[in-house]
Amino acid sequence: MLDGRCAGLGFLRTGKVTVALIDTISGARKAIASKAVSSVELTRSVLDRIGALDGEIRAFNEVWADRALATAKAVDEGRLSGPLAGVPIAIKDNLCTSFGKTTCSSKMLANFHAPYDATVVKKLEAAGAVIVGKTNLDEFAMGSSTENSYFGATRNPWDTSRVPGGSSGGSAAALASSMCCAAIGSDTGGSIRQPAALCGLVGLKPSYGRVSRFGLVAFASSLDQIGPFGWTVEDVAAQMNVIAGVDERDATSVPTAVPDYLAELEQPLLGLRIGIVKEYALGSGVDGEVSAAVDAALAVYKKLGAELVEVSLPHTEYGIAAYYVIAPCEASSNLARYDGVHFGHRTSTPARDIIELFSNSRAEGFGDEVKRRIMIGTHALSSGYYDAYYLRAQKIRTLIKRDFDEAFAKCDVIACPTSPIPAFKAGEKSGDPLQMYLCDVFTVTCNIAAIAGLSLPCGFTGGAKPLPIGLQLLGPAFGEGKLLRIARMYEREVGWSVRRPTLSAQQA
Amino acid sequence: MSQNSITPDEVRHVAKLARLALPDEKLAELSGQLGAILGYIGKLSEVDVSGVEAMAHASGLVNVLREDEVRPSLPLEKVLANAPEADPPYFKVPKVLGGDEDSAG
Repeated sequence: MLDGRCAGLGFLRTGKVTVALIDTISGARKAIASKAVSSVELTRSVLDRIGALDGEIRAFNEVWADRALATAKAVDEGRLSGPLAGVPIAIKDNLCTSFGKTTCSSKMLANFHAPYDATVVKKLEAAGAVIVGKTNLDEFAMGSSTENSYFGATRNPWDTSRVPGGSSGGSAAALASSMCCAAIGSDTGGSIRQPAALCGLVGLKPSYGRVSRFGLVAFASSLDQIGPFGWTVEDVAAQMNVIAGVDERDATSVPTAVPDYLAELEQPLLGLRIGIVKEYALGSGVDGEVSAAVDAALAVYKKLGAELVEVSLPHTEYGIAAYYVIAPCEASSNLARYDGVHFGHRTSTPARDIIELFSNSRAEGFGDEVKRRIMIGTHALSSGYYDAYYLRAQKIRTLIKRDFDEAFAKCDVIACPTSPIPAFKAGEKSGDPLQMYLCDVFTVTCNIAAIAGLSLPCGFTGGAKPLPIGLQLLGPAFGEGKLLRIARMYEREVGWSVRRPTLSAQQA
Repeated sequence: MSQNSITPDEVRHVAKLARLALPDEKLAELSGQLGAILGYIGKLSEVDVSGVEAMAHASGLVNVLREDEVRPSLPLEKVLANAPEADPPYFKVPKVLGGDEDSAG
C-alpha cells in the first residue's frame, strides 16, 4: 500500500497513554464495547494527538478537552449511552453550540457565544458522541481551500504544503490526521464532498431537508446542508442514522421517514445503472490521474455487474454561473444581520451616523472573500440587475433540476470526479477567486437541484507524496440509503479506506 | 455585454448598498475581480429561459404551518449577552457625532 499506514497498526506514544490508533466509529465502538480501551482513554489519546499534530495541521479553532473527558467519563460510567457512545467527533465551527465559541472562522464572530445548540449538535450528544472541538473553515463557509479563515489556513495531512479543500477543510483534515473518529461539516456547493475527496475520506451531502439546519449559521439558505465525514461508508451511515430527520425548528426539513442507513448497507444493488454525463467529458479540465482513477472505479463497478449508461445534463456549463449568482444573493441577505449592534464585531472608530457604524463594523469584521460575495449578491439583487441575474439564475435552477430528473429516469446514480484536480498548493489559487470557483464544476449542481451527493476515495496520485482522489456519486433526493449501498459496493471491493497519511510528528 | 463589467464607481455604489466601508485604493482591484466574476456569470444570458418558472428552492415544500402557540423564547440576558454594548433591556449604540441625546440612545 505504498507509504500509507494501516488503521490499527499505528501507535502514538505520548507519555500519558499508548493505545493503538483508533480513528473510526466502528473501531471505537468495538474497542469500547470489548473494554480494550475506555472512552476516557480513547478521548485522551485523541486529545494528545491533537496536541502533537494540530500545530502543523491547524484543523481546530477550539478544543474542548475537559468537556470531552467529562462526556467520555459519563460513557464509561454508564450514565450516557447511544449509537455513538464514546466516539470522539469534531464539528465545523459554523454549528452553534451553547458551550464554547461559534466563530465561522470570522473576525466578525471571533468572540461569539451562541445562546443555543444546533439540532445536529443536540442529536450527536444525545447519541453519546464525545465532541472534541470545533474545526476551521473558510470564513462563513465561503471557499474551497480553508485558506479564507481569520484564524489561519488549515493544511492537508497528506501533504502539508497543500490545502485540505473547503470549506469544511478543518473537519476533513482533523479526521484525515486521525485527531477524531468522525467529523461533521456543511455543504453549500461542495464543502463536504470536495474536502473529503482531497483528504481521502467519505463525505456525504444529504438531500436538502434531510438534516435540520437549525443552528447552522446561514450562508445560502436554499443550498446549505449539514453532513458527515468518515473514513468508511459505514461510519457515514452511522452518523446519518443519528443526524437525519425532520425538525420542528427547521421548516425546510422534510418529514420523509428516515431509513436505518446501516441495515441494508451490505446489500449490493442488483441491476445497478450508473449514469455517465456526456457533458462532463467536454473541456472540464480534469487532471489525467483523476480521470484515470475514476475510470478504474467505473471498471470495478462494471465487474460487479453494473451497467454504464450515457446521460445528458444539458445545462452543466451554466451550473457554476447560476451557483455564483444564487449563493451570493442569499449570502448578501443572510449576512445583513451582522451590523455591529446586536452581536459580532463593532468598530471602535467613532461614527458620524449609524450607517457608518454598520459599514465600518462590517468592513473590519469580514474578510475579502466574504466581502466579494456580499458585493456580487448585492449587485445581482440591485435595481436594474435583478432580472438579468437573480431571476434568470432561478429559472436556470429549474432547468438544472429538470436535467437531473430526466437523467435519474435512466440511471440509479451519476458517477464523476468530485474535484477536477487533487489537492492544490496553498496560495496557488487564493489570488484568483474565479479560478477557485471553477473547481466547483462537479459539486455545485447537486445543491442547486437539492439532491444527494457523496464522495468516496477511488485512488491516489503517483509521486513522493500521493494525494487522494475522490469519486462523486450523485443520487436522487432522499436516495441516501441507495447511495451509501452503491458506495459500499466499491469500497468493499477496493478498500482505500485503510490508508492513512504519514505525518511528521508521528515519525518522530 | 456592458452589464457584465463593473466600474470603480459602481463598486463604490454596491459597497454603499452592502454597508461595507471601502477605501478608494481597493476600488480598482475589486472592480477587476468582480468584473471577472460578473463576466463569467454573464454566460447565463445565453440560455433560453422563456416560459421557464423560477425556482427559489428545490425541495418542493410549501406552506409549512404550525399552531400559533406562545412558546418560551430566549431569556433577555442571553439575547443581550453577545451585544457589543447593552443597557438592558436595550441594545446600545454609541453616540453619533452631530446627533442629539435621543439618537444616541
